[in-house]
Amino acid sequence: MLRVENLSVAVEDKLILRNINLHIAPGEVHVLFGPNGTGKSTLLGTVMGFERFKVLEGKIYFKGKDITGLPCNERAKLGLGMMIQRPPTIRGLSLRKMVEICGAAPAEVEELAQLMDMENFLDRSVNEGFSGGELKRAELLQLMAQKPELLLLDEPESGVDVENIALVGKAANRILSDKNHAALIITHLGTVLQYVPATHAHILYEGRITCQQDAPGEVLKCIEKDGYSACACKCCISRCQESQCGGVCLKG
Amino acid sequence: MDKQLLTKIEQVGYEQQGQRAASFVQSGDAVLESSVGQEQPLVLMPTGKAAARFPELVEKYWWKAVARDTDEYTAATAAAPEEQGYFVHVKRGQKVAFPVQACIFLNQKGASQKVHNVVIVEDGAELNMISGCASDKEALEAEHLGISEMYVGKGAKLTFTMLHAWAPGIRVRPRTTVLVDEGGTYISNYINMEGAEDIQMNPLTRLTGEGAVCRLNSVLVVPKGSHMDVGGRVMLEQQDTKAEIITRTICLGGEAINRGTLAGKAKGVKAHLECHGLMLSEEGYISAIPQLDAFTNDAQMSHEAAVGRIAPEEIEYLMARGLDEEEATAIIVRGFLNVNIEGLPSVLSEKIRAALDSFSLHK
Ligand SMILES: Nc1ncnc2c1ncn2[C@@H]1O[C@H](COP(=O)(O)OP(=O)(O)O)[C@@H](O)[C@H]1O
Ligand SMILES: [Mg+2]
Repeated sequence: MLRVENLSVAVEDKLILRNINLHIAPGEVHVLFGPNGTGKSTLLGTVMGFERFKVLEGKIYFKGKDITGLPCNERAKLGLGMMIQRPPTIRGLSLRKMVEICGAAPAEVEELAQLMDMENFLDRSVNEGFSGGELKRAELLQLMAQKPELLLLDEPESGVDVENIALVGKAANRILSDKNHAALIITHLGTVLQYVPATHAHILYEGRITCQQDAPGEVLKCIEKDGYSACACKCCISRCQESQCGGVCLKG
Repeated sequence: MDKQLLTKIEQVGYEQQGQRAASFVQSGDAVLESSVGQEQPLVLMPTGKAAARFPELVEKYWWKAVARDTDEYTAATAAAPEEQGYFVHVKRGQKVAFPVQACIFLNQKGASQKVHNVVIVEDGAELNMISGCASDKEALEAEHLGISEMYVGKGAKLTFTMLHAWAPGIRVRPRTTVLVDEGGTYISNYINMEGAEDIQMNPLTRLTGEGAVCRLNSVLVVPKGSHMDVGGRVMLEQQDTKAEIITRTICLGGEAINRGTLAGKAKGVKAHLECHGLMLSEEGYISAIPQLDAFTNDAQMSHEAAVGRIAPEEIEYLMARGLDEEEATAIIVRGFLNVNIEGLPSVLSEKIRAALDSFSLHK
């Protein structure tokens, strides 16, 4: 469904991502671990097509189509949908209208808002004065209306209390209830793993990505024990040696 | 009324078949309509006629809120041989359920139109006015001087919605003072999204009675070639008075100056001024000039002014939800213009909402 090939990305002339390869098939839920400032949001934003992320090299394919140069609204139409880490406020545009823009019928808006406990926010301006948890719920509300085939979540659990994380999981699972849908989820602490059935994990470390691991829980344990760097290295070496995928130790 | 004139004034709120308590239309110097609906509890007539009929009111209200010698425009209007404009009077305790509409149209090249409007809403009375001003395309090098004196009595309420659509180059000089007595409410909504004139106005609202309240909302679109120096001044002269000024300006290449002045002169006053401008052109400018003057130690007064372009993140955010760049921009602009205009009769708020919703960047 998503194939990222040899992708290098710069932000304001600074090289952030180097030679990233990533493959997500329908039905898979990938999580991306990595320390702060390592380029996780950059990767998601580049897949979504935000302009400030400049692709220097490589290609992004979605459902077989080269989308590397497409504007983000075209990508949204193809089936990509992203939860933004710090979404802007749109004054004067009600959350209700926004959810309709995302594709919900007026009656459906209420129903989805109830699921996210956001009924009282529908007639407020999008994101204006929302708390951390409310921002996340508003994003998920929009995404439930959008029903993307590939769901991109940027740290859905950060700044959110336990109850709200459960709601995040509920929304994600609703979008993923179509077995052909897939997700790429950035998680800093891994809490979201308790709520979403992750199938694969990656570590992004200093702009480079490990090859794919299929036991997200194990990867998380490894990170908690040895730290990102050592774990990224360990993951890569063991994995790459057996599959001869050509990956290298990220430290080297 | 000819078709062209009708189309023009309909743009500024006039409705021939609408539910209106009374209607007034003046084109050039001629009064085309001055009528009050059956059993509507108010008086409406041309100001000149009212002056002749009610000398005691002239004594009390004419040139009392606005002094004749305030400036050259008030002086010229006061000196005009014939008094033009409209007079509206709602007596004590009367509540006018439907809006009263008044339109002033400028139709002649080189004309100098001078009107003197007097609006009296006595104690406990309520009035909703829709005032529209527009001009013919032929009316070049013309000017409109409009003096308005409005009196809001104790516990009375006046909602005054003004829509402007002046043609390019017309010189517009409104001079307005509103006096609001104890417990009275004055709400002003000013919408100028069609015009391209040279306008300068800074209407004054004086809260002269305890607990009086006013709210001034303005929405201004400033195209290339226009000069719009538009403000609002509120004097909070008595205890516990409240004022709010909210302005939204979009610059499409013209010169926009937004002034706002709040002066707190008594105990317990509360006032807020919010002035937001959006630059949508490489040309032109917006100059936001908020001013707060506090004369007591417990005045609560604040302002918020912001001028800028649309943040690219906002456009991208909407694009990520499937809108193209143009749609996203239009939605942000409409949102920006979407001030919460309270206190309007639903017909009027729908009309204004429709005008804001249909706002297009590509005229
Ligand atoms: N607008 C920007 N201008 C310059 N540097 C940026 C900008 N946005 C992000 N960066 C830099 O890019 C790197 C990666 O950021 P980001 O992708 O947000 O990391 P993460 O999401 O993993 O915390 C960081 O070093 C950050 O400082
Ligand atoms: Mg991030």
